[in-house]
Amino acid sequence: MSILIDRSSRVVVHGLTGREGSFHGAAMLDYGTQVVAGMTPGKGGQTALDGRVPVFDTVADAVRETGADTSCIFVPAAGAPDAVTEAAAAGIKTIFCITEGIPALDMIPAVELVRAAGARLIGPNCPGATTPGQAKVGIIPGSIHREGRVGVVSRSGTLTYEAVQAMSDAGVGQSTCVGIGGDPIIGTTFLDALLLFAGDPETDAIVLIGEIGGAAEETAAAWAAEHLRDVPKAAFIAGRTAPEGKRMGHAGAIISGSAGTATSKVEALEAAGFRVAGSPTELPQLLRDAGYRG
Amino acid sequence: MKIQEADAKSLLVAQGLPVPPWEVAQTAAEARAAANRFLAAGGKQVVIKAQVLVGGRGKAGGVKLAGSAEEAERVAAAILALQIKGIAVHKVLVGPAADIVKEFYLAAVLDRASRRVILMGSAEGGVEIEQVAADRPEAIVTIPAHPLAGFLPFKARQMAFRLGLGDHLKDAVAIATGLVRTMHAYDADLVEINPLAVVREAGAAGAVSERLQCLDAKITLDDSALARHAGLEDLRDPDDEDPADRAAREAGLTFIKLDGTIGCMVNGAGLAMATMDLVKRAGGEPANFLDIGGGARADKVTAAMRLILADPKVDAILVNIFGGITRGDEVARGLIEARQQQERDVPMVVRIVGTNAEGAAVLLREARFETAATLDEAARRAVAASRGAPA
Repeated sequence: MSILIDRSSRVVVHGLTGREGSFHGAAMLDYGTQVVAGMTPGKGGQTALDGRVPVFDTVADAVRETGADTSCIFVPAAGAPDAVTEAAAAGIKTIFCITEGIPALDMIPAVELVRAAGARLIGPNCPGATTPGQAKVGIIPGSIHREGRVGVVSRSGTLTYEAVQAMSDAGVGQSTCVGIGGDPIIGTTFLDALLLFAGDPETDAIVLIGEIGGAAEETAAAWAAEHLRDVPKAAFIAGRTAPEGKRMGHAGAIISGSAGTATSKVEALEAAGFRVAGSPTELPQLLRDAGYRG
Repeated sequence: MKIQEADAKSLLVAQGLPVPPWEVAQTAAEARAAANRFLAAGGKQVVIKAQVLVGGRGKAGGVKLAGSAEEAERVAAAILALQIKGIAVHKVLVGPAADIVKEFYLAAVLDRASRRVILMGSAEGGVEIEQVAADRPEAIVTIPAHPLAGFLPFKARQMAFRLGLGDHLKDAVAIATGLVRTMHAYDADLVEINPLAVVREAGAAGAVSERLQCLDAKITLDDSALARHAGLEDLRDPDDEDPADRAAREAGLTFIKLDGTIGCMVNGAGLAMATMDLVKRAGGEPANFLDIGGGARADKVTAAMRLILADPKVDAILVNIFGGITRGDEVARGLIEARQQQERDVPMVVRIVGTNAEGAAVLLREARFETAATLDEAARRAVAASRGAPA
């Protein structure tokens, strides 16, 4: 089953004719994802990716003509909140926004409109998601994955690849791996992802990769302590050496005063039964220590 | 991006909020002249406040009153000689001292958890709000703005009544809605007034009136939105950004200088933080956070290397690249080019995996670079090299 995406997902790529969109659109297609449409205003009627994918002027056209149900957004920051909203209005149910650098206040109405439409937003500023062996949406390299039963949720990109590669190398495969994004205002939180994994019969264990800033890890930990008590859980938190008051690359990765520190997150996760790794390479062993037999 | 109190107050005034007058002085003589003007206008005392972007100014002796122009000059000279939490004071704000009846806290905040703008208020103003939140959370009133309709006047009235500002309803509503308006006008993450104060003012013929004023102001701007607001970039405080950090930003890199000896070059913010953490875990101290971003080409890598080596404390370098969009061979080419250009030879441990890692391995081997297979191994060897031992 997995979460968010699988082999039946029908993906429309916003910005498929652009540099990022065409590169990653091709990689998604090659992985086996059903990339059924591209969307670039003014290029409707054309095709992209060597004639393999039709392009539409609007998301509504793409949905009507191809039955697309999943969006992958590569448009620049200034237009990305509008793209998110357009997808939701067209009836898309799962919207991945890869775009980085969107002003946070622009995302507030977009997140609300997605919610009101009954859709789900992942990101922005996220690498997307992969359900190994079935589909990938976004920019995560397909080669790092291995099919399995561990649900991975992370705020980062390359750090997730590091952790997933270590898991795959150790024979620990993933049910779905999702990057929720490094911005302060995001559509799907750690807690939302845990709720999805908890309802997925093909996920038996959880890996959570967090970082400094905000309190989303703590919130997810509090819920997991109660509802995922018997599920093997491991975590890694980046930013133990980050100074206070500096934005560490991600817009959301900042310690404000005493809030959002790595220590607070590590303590909350450990109290909730997560085994917290000192290095991402330790995650597969920690899952096994926690009783995971995958 | 944090901005100084005086700049924050200018933004509030531009949005029509009540802020008492002030002047900024860079010398004690300027402070004296400013104090003279405020005292001549009828003030009994002036307040002199250090303009630095660190909290706890008052406790550090950076906020003082003066009753005469001469005293203002002395006080300003003392404050301008201060270092507050390591930051030298270059400017002071001079203004008339307010006759405070009661202090409040009011702030518009970008709230991650609810994904909304919220207005936070407390009748216990003038003190550290984090402390109030920790000790007596019930003393803080939180009212969310609507995600589409914004912060409507009825919510501002709710806030005013709950803070006990019913006697100043009109002003309180104007200020509450004004804070949210300010937030949207400049794409701020935080617009904080602490204290918002009821102040006593002497009017004509000895009449005394009370009104609400924003006595302090703290604004944090969203870096992602700076480009769409003309002039805001100019408010960046040079003391809040290391020169190396600024050079990096201009080169399209994210760099934050730290105190250690091991330079780090990484692609991706989360991985860059994790790499620093592993250096620390292996017994070393990271010299910097550096994210070269996704898809970096050779020229960006050479620019990054120059930044790292510009720090004389750096005595070893750890390069950690997990290629996704970024191509490993492209990074390797940049490293080779950088080493040909650099004036200082520092031990370097390179770990490149992912996209085009094989090509990178060939290039690095030919150029006799020290490589490592895993991140943990790379961190250990960089730490060993930093201590002068063979890596």
